[in-house]
Amino acid sequence: MADLTQSVIRAIQEGLPLNPRPFALIAERLGTDEETVIDTVQDLQARGVIKRFGVVVRHHELGFRANAMVVWDVPDESVYVTAKRLAADPAVTLCYRRPRRLPKWPYNLFCMIHGQDRDSVQKKISALRRATGIHELPYCVLFSRRRFKQRGARYVSPAIASEACVNG
Amino acid sequence: MAPVESVRDSVPLRVPDCNAGAELTELDKRLLDNFQRDFPVCSRPYEAIATRLGCDEATVLERLAELERQGYVSRVGPVFRPNCLGASTLAAMAVSTERLQQVAELVNSYPEVNHNYEREHEFNLWFVVTASDEPAVADVLADVRRRTGLDVMDLPLTEEFHIDLGFRLWQT
Repeated sequence: MADLTQSVIRAIQEGLPLNPRPFALIAERLGTDEETVIDTVQDLQARGVIKRFGVVVRHHELGFRANAMVVWDVPDESVYVTAKRLAADPAVTLCYRRPRRLPKWPYNLFCMIHGQDRDSVQKKISALRRATGIHELPYCVLFSRRRFKQRGARYVSPAIASEACVNG
Repeated sequence: MAPVESVRDSVPLRVPDCNAGAELTELDKRLLDNFQRDFPVCSRPYEAIATRLGCDEATVLERLAELERQGYVSRVGPVFRPNCLGASTLAAMAVSTERLQQVAELVNSYPEVNHNYEREHEFNLWFVVTASDEPAVADVLADVRRRTGLDVMDLPLTEEFHIDLGFRLWQT
């Protein structure tokens, strides 16, 4: 089971073939049948290993040239409530908690905000701070300046990935 | 849903504020916006999409290939939940302006690095490292420290709050 799951992950992680029957094509390469591949992918979705499956767009190329990482220093006891409120806002594309690294890095909550230009991102951030009632929290806006690299993560190439989650 | 003819005959629209010569048809926009999450995982997925868009399978395949070629689409496939199949972290470095390009190129050279951005802050280089397990991630950070002589701040994800619905382009 695990071996097949790993093989399917490896086959799909960099994208499905643009072929009328992409899963049949993958099955053929893996020496299995189409239904098994489809079942495996659906199982990975059901278990939340795959959080989203579909067209992965490139924001920058589509005109969303500005992006800011906005970081907040939220008291530990209220991180959950604040994060849920931020994550629910359509302007927020990612919302993660990460450890502080004192004294240089006091921020523990990270959001990504994309927009067509710097000004529109700035406006979204202002609106977000008002709407979520967190305007008193220390925060910092880190606009991106240059993109050196952006692609999907490769989990199982060439080494086999840890199976902690797949089997859990 | 728009009838087939109006989809095919639609005048190419310009993406707002995009000066890269982006001319996307109404069909392209619907492909980009409506199938980031609800991709049909079935035997003939592109045919299923075509049915929903009121066009044919060959058109869907052709447009997706073209959108990939133009760089608007990076792939059609899965987005995995972080730290589920492997391990990852967000790393940050404070690099002098003179060394930034060189250090960024060094960081880029690791296959484990999938995102790498310059940002406006004292910590001006931010990259994501993804590998098979935590020791493998730690090895990359240690290697970058050793080769640059600079500190690398390690900020692993401890909790994810966002439900990834994809990136909203035109829909409100």
